[in-house]
Amino acid sequence: MTAIISDVAPRAGQSRFGQLIRNPNIACGAAVLALLVLIALLAPVLGTRDPTAISAFDRAKLPSGAFWFGTDMLGRDLYSRVLYGTRVSLIVGFSVAIGATILGVLIGVFAGFLPRFDAFVMRVMDGLMAIPSILLAIALIALNRASIWNVILAVTIAETPRVVRLIRGVVLFLREEPYVEAARSCGASVPWLVFRHILPNTFAPIAVQATYICAVAILAEAALSFIGAGVPPSTPSWGNIMAEGRALWQIKPYIIFFPALFLSITVLAINMLGDGLRDALDPRLRKRV
Amino acid sequence: MLSHIARRLLAALPVMTFVALFVFGLLYLAPGDPAAIMAGDQATAADIARIRIALKLDDPFPIRFGNWVWSLLHGDLGLSLFTNQPVAGMIAQRLEPTYLLMLMTLVISVAMALPIGVVAAWKHNTTSDRAVMVFAVLSFSLPSFVVGYLLAFVFGLQLRWLPVQGYVPLSNGLWPAIRSLLLPAIALGSVYIGLLARITRATMLEVLAQDYVRTARAKGVEDRKVLFKHALKNCSVPIITTIGSGVALLIGGAIVTETVFAIPGLGRLTVDAILRRDYPVIQGVILLFSFTYVLVNLLVDMLYTVFDPRIRY
Repeated sequence: MTAIISDVAPRAGQSRFGQLIRNPNIACGAAVLALLVLIALLAPVLGTRDPTAISAFDRAKLPSGAFWFGTDMLGRDLYSRVLYGTRVSLIVGFSVAIGATILGVLIGVFAGFLPRFDAFVMRVMDGLMAIPSILLAIALIALNRASIWNVILAVTIAETPRVVRLIRGVVLFLREEPYVEAARSCGASVPWLVFRHILPNTFAPIAVQATYICAVAILAEAALSFIGAGVPPSTPSWGNIMAEGRALWQIKPYIIFFPALFLSITVLAINMLGDGLRDALDPRLRKRV
Repeated sequence: MLSHIARRLLAALPVMTFVALFVFGLLYLAPGDPAAIMAGDQATAADIARIRIALKLDDPFPIRFGNWVWSLLHGDLGLSLFTNQPVAGMIAQRLEPTYLLMLMTLVISVAMALPIGVVAAWKHNTTSDRAVMVFAVLSFSLPSFVVGYLLAFVFGLQLRWLPVQGYVPLSNGLWPAIRSLLLPAIALGSVYIGLLARITRATMLEVLAQDYVRTARAKGVEDRKVLFKHALKNCSVPIITTIGSGVALLIGGAIVTETVFAIPGLGRLTVDAILRRDYPVIQGVILLFSFTYVLVNLLVDMLYTVFDPRIRY
């Protein structure tokens, strides 16, 4: 069996990695993302001031040598706040991508193998998908206090049905493949089939999907915080910095400009990474979309 | 056809029931006693108990759900915890700007995305094709509220071509209303345009490689006719599907876009309701939007037969 597996799903090795990094989309997206991770980790070092320190004398100052991105209505340093905002966005993006993928793979695999469970679960997923995901997240957050963990939980629940759909489809397709049938006729148990033969072949679509979910989650957190249903104002996030700049935006557009710029660059980098991964991992899809 | 419509409507019932159950569960699980909130700060325990009985809050879950669905079917969405007005009425007042905005976005997006996608496919692997792809990736990555502020800044504040913020109701004439929603519609549509243009391009590329396209060209049909009559018509099914599923993006985006442009629509109502924890209003808006989404996709299903007569039910 081992020989067949390695034929179908080559193990990611040095050459494979080199091949991936040569894709311009992947290289560019990964480089920007790595930079953002560094910014998030080093926010206390890079920041010039305490992001929550209020200063009555420095209210709504224009960008200058002392305040690189200016200050907001409470006199807080926007440069430091935007740096700290990177943390929130990346934590939400990565957590939702990982959470929704694990949950989606679990449910999707079970649905692909247990017809009765499938009929029930897919109705629930249809129902969840009938509620636009931002609304679903708003509804779930309304039940709880606004906090970064509740945002992660809500967006994960809203995004999971899409992963379930994808995985279930792939599992249903792979289940009928001759090599799986061969393994089964050799007496392989279902868990063995799943872990050894099916899951390794779902890696490419999962990786691509997870990247896009990461981008969607970062956008969702920003939108939720922007309308006041996301991360509470005590933690700086790009969305709530923009929310606080809303009242003044016609006279002080820079309050909104810098978080918006960071948000757009981050999502752009992740989307480029996703497009690159799709082209590199699944050449059949290259011509499509 | 009629029996097909009936069957599709029946098939949508379980989904709608699930949505109703979910939305009702939201109110059921919501923290805080609605009776205590309605009674106000001065209320005694007896007052609260009286309201609980009046609202039938002590009935078991299935009965409360049944009662709720019954009044829902009669257009009764309950009372706002904050203003004590009927939620249905509050929603009806805010319907116009939101649905007009979504309709305009839909029209603008389709009108822009289809030609862009067709040209990209036709000029495959040229600069214009690559420009379209870059535009599509950008449109996915720039959130609609960022695009909104950018447009309002350039066309509203700097050039002064269009109003910066606010909404002029339809009762003041069609053109002023459209003018006030033009920038929001383009901002909201940016994601949609990218998505549609990409799908159009991808499907067109496949169709343009078909034999009948070559035959049409060989017998001397002009390019424009081949593209829009022979090819685009055969792309309609994936494109309509994307239009339908993209309505979810539109609804989520509308809430945020209305906040940017200070439009007094359902989005504003939702945001205020979240800040005040006004659960019946949140419920009502989610129900309305979800049913809209399900209905739009039902309509999309019907349209398949119109655009592709090979699909018969």
